[in-house]
Amino acid sequence: MQFFLEVTLSGLLSGLMYSLVALGFVLIYKASGVFNFAQGAMVYFAALAVVGLMDKGWPMWAAIIGAFAVMVVVAVATERLVLRKLVNQPPITLFMATIGLAFFLEGLGPMLFGSEVRAINLGIVDEPIASIMDSFGIGISKFDLFASGMVIGLVLLLALFFQKTKVGRALRAVADDHQAALSLGIPLRHIWVIVWGVAGFVALVAGLLWGSRNGVQFALTMTALKALPVLILGGFTSIPGAIAGGLIIGVSEKLAEIYIPPVMQDMFGGNFGGIEGWFPYVFALLFLLVRPEGLFGERHIDRV
Amino acid sequence: MFYREAGQFKTSYIADSQIFPIRQDRIGMAILLAVAFVGIPLIGSEYWFSAILIPFLVFALAALGLNILTGYAGQLSLGSAAFMAVGAYAAYNFQLRVEGIPILLSFILAGCCAAAVGVLFGLPSLRIKGFYLAVATLAAQFFVIWVLTKFPWFSNDSSSGVISAQKIDLFGIAINSPVRKYLFVLAIVCVMALLAKNLVRSSTGRAWMAVRDMDVAAEVIGIRLMQTKLLAFAVSSFFCGVAGALYAFCYLGSVEPDGFSLDLSFRILFMIIVGGVGSILGAFLGSAFILLLPIFLDNVLPPLATWLHLPFTNATVSHIQMMLFGALIIFFLIVEPHGLARLWQITKEKLRLWPFPH
Repeated sequence: MQFFLEVTLSGLLSGLMYSLVALGFVLIYKASGVFNFAQGAMVYFAALAVVGLMDKGWPMWAAIIGAFAVMVVVAVATERLVLRKLVNQPPITLFMATIGLAFFLEGLGPMLFGSEVRAINLGIVDEPIASIMDSFGIGISKFDLFASGMVIGLVLLLALFFQKTKVGRALRAVADDHQAALSLGIPLRHIWVIVWGVAGFVALVAGLLWGSRNGVQFALTMTALKALPVLILGGFTSIPGAIAGGLIIGVSEKLAEIYIPPVMQDMFGGNFGGIEGWFPYVFALLFLLVRPEGLFGERHIDRV
Repeated sequence: MFYREAGQFKTSYIADSQIFPIRQDRIGMAILLAVAFVGIPLIGSEYWFSAILIPFLVFALAALGLNILTGYAGQLSLGSAAFMAVGAYAAYNFQLRVEGIPILLSFILAGCCAAAVGVLFGLPSLRIKGFYLAVATLAAQFFVIWVLTKFPWFSNDSSSGVISAQKIDLFGIAINSPVRKYLFVLAIVCVMALLAKNLVRSSTGRAWMAVRDMDVAAEVIGIRLMQTKLLAFAVSSFFCGVAGALYAFCYLGSVEPDGFSLDLSFRILFMIIVGGVGSILGAFLGSAFILLLPIFLDNVLPPLATWLHLPFTNATVSHIQMMLFGALIIFFLIVEPHGLARLWQITKEKLRLWPFPH
């Protein structure tokens, strides 16, 4: 039972990390209808920018601000060079363009900041908190706790931004209906830059957290692949969906990894580890068959 | 002037519905086939066959498969490498476990296995579409590779899942030299390209295009969505499966599940974007382009860097290659969404009017 609890908890905490990446997807999808496959590449790029600037002797806080500036430049360039030219194209075309963007960033990042694996040290150790370990016997990493604190803080910040500020309201208007927003005098292009900038900021936070846990390396781009089933489960347009989806995927994937391979081993013999790679996808797919719009997604009605 | 078709009248429905209604196209195609089957084997070197021509044909076949699904039926797939893997491992197992099975039969059966897996992962397309479906095909990508790695039966108990393709012979002729492999692959690809071309011209192909353009409207005019979509998945996966079998048997010789990675799927997707979404010719053009670009860069970039006195490593070449791939995809999507095939079409139209521009 205690082991089960421990696995569940660690699943929840790592699920929050997935949510963080999924959040970047949701932001862009909500405000521009673009399914941004480059989000994982942006996480990698942001983390690389931080360590690259630190290699040049910048202190960490300056490097983080510098990396944010770099992400804003990426946002502006994306709007200018890609999105503006692809207005009114079918969503699938935009999606394929973001695959191209992902490749571009994955090549550009190492070119600018070096491709060797480096560590980010946020000053928080990844080890179980002793007091909880002693009293409950459950190991919770201090780092995980810190990371989830960051995620929760970020979500609150985004919620405030969307609900209370003028720009946030404009963003929601654009998300609802591009043309109506335009005719009300909301500058669509600025909005896109802002959204991609915010998504870049979320990618930066995700890059810092994932990078300090696993090191800044190419594998960070795979975070996008972790976030996709989360999105499917939560619905593409919902921030609470991204959080809930992340938690569910995190827990189910950890539990599956622990409990399914032994059963399969009894049935077939051999080693069946590593189902983490596909389990979230199959899980999300089965869920889709029941509820095609995801947990919190909007029901879509087609008109001919 | 170059391309005048005036005076080529059709007097029967058969003549009107042939694949190449214009005489120049027929002659051009005949010359192309003659060069491919007779000319190239006479002059080509072994390096050309095994490093460029065979992979070109294999990838063109895979791109053809993906183009049927994505270009014609409008279902985006990111899992084509997985279906190639199914084909490769199925062909290997048929050769291994069925005594004296002809190679062609085992390739066809391998394609059928891939088609079955494709239909299975195409089932979600009945309820979901667009991005959701793209993610569903990613599930195929990860699941298939995992199964092939973890169940040793598929690789005949090889510890790492690596299979070495058996020697093949066709009607008593051993397909062992690069030239023979090239001719073998070329023949298969030609037959299947012809098949694809005819399929997309038929009512099936038109139903696919109707579903691609607007599935709800297609359903209203009486196209059965379920059969149409699943057939697209089946045919597309069949093509990818045969391509995978050729990839293992005629190109690499020995493959491992990880060789059929997401990266390979993306490369095939890039081929159809660059070559032309929804075009048979595009699959070939795109395959040639995506295959030749890295070779070109490998040969051009290092001398260029030494000439400019820039520090240069192999890693830099691969980074530039990735950036260029990404930039090219965006460039093509913005400037010419119909790809190289469209450029060829424009050229033909210009030649038809030359020297008068209007």
